[in-house]
Amino acid sequence: MMNAPTTRIPKIIKNNVRTRLIVFAVLAALLVLCSLLSDHLTPYDPYLQDLSNAKAAPSAEHLFGTDRYGRDMLSRVIVGSRTSIFSTLLLVAIITAVGTVVGVFCGWHGGKLDTILMRISDMFLAFPGLVFALAVAGVLGGGLHNAIFALAAISWPKYARIARSQTLAQKETPYMKAARLSGSGTVKILAVHILPNIVGPILVTSMLDIGTMMMELAGLSFLGLGAKPPIAEWGSMMSENRALFTTVPWITLAPGLAIFVSVMIFNLLGDTVRDWADPRTRGR
Amino acid sequence: MAKYALRRLVQLIPIVIGITFLSFAMMRLAGGDAVTEMYAGKGAVSQEIIDLKRAELGLDKPFVTQYFVWLSGMLRGDMGVSYVSGRDVFKTFLSKLPATLLLTALSILLTVLLSIPLGVLAAVRHDRLTDYCLRFLSFIGNSLPNFFVALLLMQLLAIKLNWLPVISSGTTLKSAMMPTLTLAISMSAKYMRQVRATVLEELNKDYVVGAQARGVRGRVILWKSVLKASMLTIVTLLALSIGSLLGGTAIIESIFMWDGVGKLAVDAITMRDYPLIQAYVVWMAIIYVLVNLVTDLLYHALDPRIRLGVTAE
Repeated sequence: MMNAPTTRIPKIIKNNVRTRLIVFAVLAALLVLCSLLSDHLTPYDPYLQDLSNAKAAPSAEHLFGTDRYGRDMLSRVIVGSRTSIFSTLLLVAIITAVGTVVGVFCGWHGGKLDTILMRISDMFLAFPGLVFALAVAGVLGGGLHNAIFALAAISWPKYARIARSQTLAQKETPYMKAARLSGSGTVKILAVHILPNIVGPILVTSMLDIGTMMMELAGLSFLGLGAKPPIAEWGSMMSENRALFTTVPWITLAPGLAIFVSVMIFNLLGDTVRDWADPRTRGR
Repeated sequence: MAKYALRRLVQLIPIVIGITFLSFAMMRLAGGDAVTEMYAGKGAVSQEIIDLKRAELGLDKPFVTQYFVWLSGMLRGDMGVSYVSGRDVFKTFLSKLPATLLLTALSILLTVLLSIPLGVLAAVRHDRLTDYCLRFLSFIGNSLPNFFVALLLMQLLAIKLNWLPVISSGTTLKSAMMPTLTLAISMSAKYMRQVRATVLEELNKDYVVGAQARGVRGRVILWKSVLKASMLTIVTLLALSIGSLLGGTAIIESIFMWDGVGKLAVDAITMRDYPLIQAYVVWMAIIYVLVNLVTDLLYHALDPRIRLGVTAE
């Protein structure tokens, strides 16, 4: 329980982290590639109905079986990856960019605007979990774009806070004074000195967020507030076939497992990136 | 302490105003549609009738006036009537709130019972087989969306084993079991990791080595010092999760037909029943803010370092 670690352990962990990083990065890249090339990877047309072959059990021809309209589930899961993975990455990119810009601006500029923007971010943080996202989706109506917008609205403040505190810390460093004394303009200081130095913790946070965001987006679609049928999206595919779960489980299981595996890969990658960036968290 | 509590309470005022204004503005942006929507299925309706209905709902007045009328109504518990059922919105919300609070309380309880012992066990067995197994389980739990867990549990416990009802029949403990289990599984996976990390950090502190050097038994160090020191962080983390749970129950409530505010909100969204959505958003946010405030105050009251620091000011 409380044995002192031998000196060899850190070395092993270090190598381990690098291997893990490569393995999970490759897996995540494959997922993204699969979603990019989804149109060419499907064995059948994902929207082609074949009622004579509806609700077929998984077989060599249809690996994941077919749904109630006889559409090939494997093809639908592959095409669904475009919607699910792509919109998640888009969402995370949006909140990272917006949060960072607002945070750096607030930290650098300070003053009244900083106070106002931070109070606004407090306001968004005051809404619990999905409540605000549900409300936005309710007002704008369902649809994938609105779901992305809704989740972005509640998620950017976290990034703004990280970017702001990091910027404030950078502002106090001696090299920053040197940069200013040497006559660098604000834009140059922000882009060349501050941004590269604060981007680490922000990127780690966004990597860790991908899995959560994917689940929340799928959750909104599951409720019918995100992507709508017939567009293939994993969350809405699950909800669409929920009633058939007892009789033909593969229609619901296939997209469910797809979400599970993708979230797991992105979570593993996120954890590894964090361990790699911050050795203190290793093994925690 | 009292001074600190008062200061925190005053800080809440702008946030609550922000919450109410944002919710109000959002619903009004959509509110114009509601009247058109009301008559959508009824063929051609003359502009006078639409204008009359708008006036009746107060949609013809200036925006800021509407906000203050609405806010003063809200503070008196008057949030208008549902567009769909015509019933009082605030009363409907209040009648469904206990079910959600019950579900939240049960889920937190089960999460505590699952995640604290398992997290401590994993920390104590750091880097041994038990730790790896528990971390693996927590990882699986973290990657499963809760609606998928819900469907799997339904299939297993209700249909295959026939132990529990598929959907709830009223607010009973028996129907609460499956939604509670679903929420607790997802939350425990997350909190087990945090409990483990907290205890592990405490175990690596110098005083533990010191106690070991003096020959204090491992069990005594763990129970008397380490757990006592970690509990504050663990309790705070759990209390903070109450808020996200309050909002996160919506999907689970709709799947299991649990008659709480989450299901009410999802139903209201599908029907575009704006006053109900508004009541849900505003009150859930206010409850969340209050829960966070209480947590923060408790944290201050329980931690001697912070408590003494405040009195020394």
